[in-house]
Amino acid sequence: MEFSYIPIILSLKVAFAAVIIVTCSSIPIAGLMAKREFWGKDVVESIITLPLVLPPSVIGFMLLYVFGKNGPLGKLFEQWFHTRIVFTLAGAVIAAAVVSFPLMYQAVKAAIESVDQNLEKAARTLGARELRVFFTITLPLAWNGIIAGLVLAFARSLGEFGATLMIAGNIPGKTQTMPIAIYFANEAGDTGQASILVIIMTAFSFLVIYGLNRWGKRSQRDRNPEGGTT
Amino acid sequence: MLKAHFKKKLPTFELEVNISVRNGILALVGPSGAGKTTILQCLAGLQTPSWGEINIHGKTVFSSANCLNIPIRNRRIGYVFQDYALFPHMTVEKNVMYGKPSKGSNPNKVLSISNVLEMLKIEHLRNRYPKQISGGEKQRVALARALMTEPELLLLDEPLSALDQDTRSTLQQELLRFQAQWQIPFILVTHDVQEAEILGDQIIKLEQGKQKEI
Repeated sequence: MEFSYIPIILSLKVAFAAVIIVTCSSIPIAGLMAKREFWGKDVVESIITLPLVLPPSVIGFMLLYVFGKNGPLGKLFEQWFHTRIVFTLAGAVIAAAVVSFPLMYQAVKAAIESVDQNLEKAARTLGARELRVFFTITLPLAWNGIIAGLVLAFARSLGEFGATLMIAGNIPGKTQTMPIAIYFANEAGDTGQASILVIIMTAFSFLVIYGLNRWGKRSQRDRNPEGGTT
Repeated sequence: MLKAHFKKKLPTFELEVNISVRNGILALVGPSGAGKTTILQCLAGLQTPSWGEINIHGKTVFSSANCLNIPIRNRRIGYVFQDYALFPHMTVEKNVMYGKPSKGSNPNKVLSISNVLEMLKIEHLRNRYPKQISGGEKQRVALARALMTEPELLLLDEPLSALDQDTRSTLQQELLRFQAQWQIPFILVTHDVQEAEILGDQIIKLEQGKQKEI
């Protein structure tokens, strides 16, 4: 059977879209959780990180329930946009976003918390409002952690299998992403297609981890330069 | 002109402060943990006193009786941090410009960045980053940044403690000169009695939250 590159394109589309959603949502949420105390914060935090430990089938089941034809959000989409989420690429994007959100959230929150609070205080004494402090001091100094979270979220989105299969299904050319294509190619005995995709995924994942480690070491060196003055 | 009388509960003791500075330098001296930094942070609005009133240039910025607590950004206070707290991702120029009011609120003090950089002899450092300059230079940049906001009161938290003796003596003289030139009250925290004597027009000794004027 001829090799199909379409799963690679679909996977990249899903991962890019998921990372955009996750980045836009995790930065304000992580900022709020790192800086504010409120009642029930621990419960919210647990819910946010839950997808990290839940089996993908549980997440898939929940997403089907919420976005299904009779689910609360599924119905809304049907009425407002005359479109459905289940068995579409949008479903795959949602699944990828849900599972990668905790990774990004944790990285961003840790990065924001690691910013020296004296710098934020200094900005306040210089007349800055909270939003200006966040965008000009906290965020730029947390940038390394945010990029690390972004790369991890991208890799996790690319590799998402279980929840995606449940909500988006296995429709070749439409919702069949790389991990799903590998599973079904192997089931069908098409080891050629499966092994090429396996090699691509493994090489990519290796590059992500290797790159992050190298980059982490370098930025640590930059933060603690020997002989900090000239 | 600063008038402050407040109390602040700390884990092991209660801090009680009653100070009044018209002009000149008030030196707060005492061992670490005596509550010196807490006083500065209460004046600046980075911490809230448990009781009392703070008055800067006739304007009440904190009053427990009237439930008034004006936010830091509206207190017009310059604050020089012990570790300078320069923004590491900005050049010296951007650091100094960070707090510049969009329009000068005091027509007598029209400040340009060049004036301030020149006054503090750091003009050549404009495009350098904080990690590329020495401790003494960082101190000057922190001072320039605080002055650029055109403050009515300048708070300095152990500003010279991390510097070598020579730089320290030079900067002590410069602080005295700036104060005379600027004509706003400075409150300076130090653990060094000698330094307090050189710089302070008024010295307050702090022990376990209680003050003793010398």
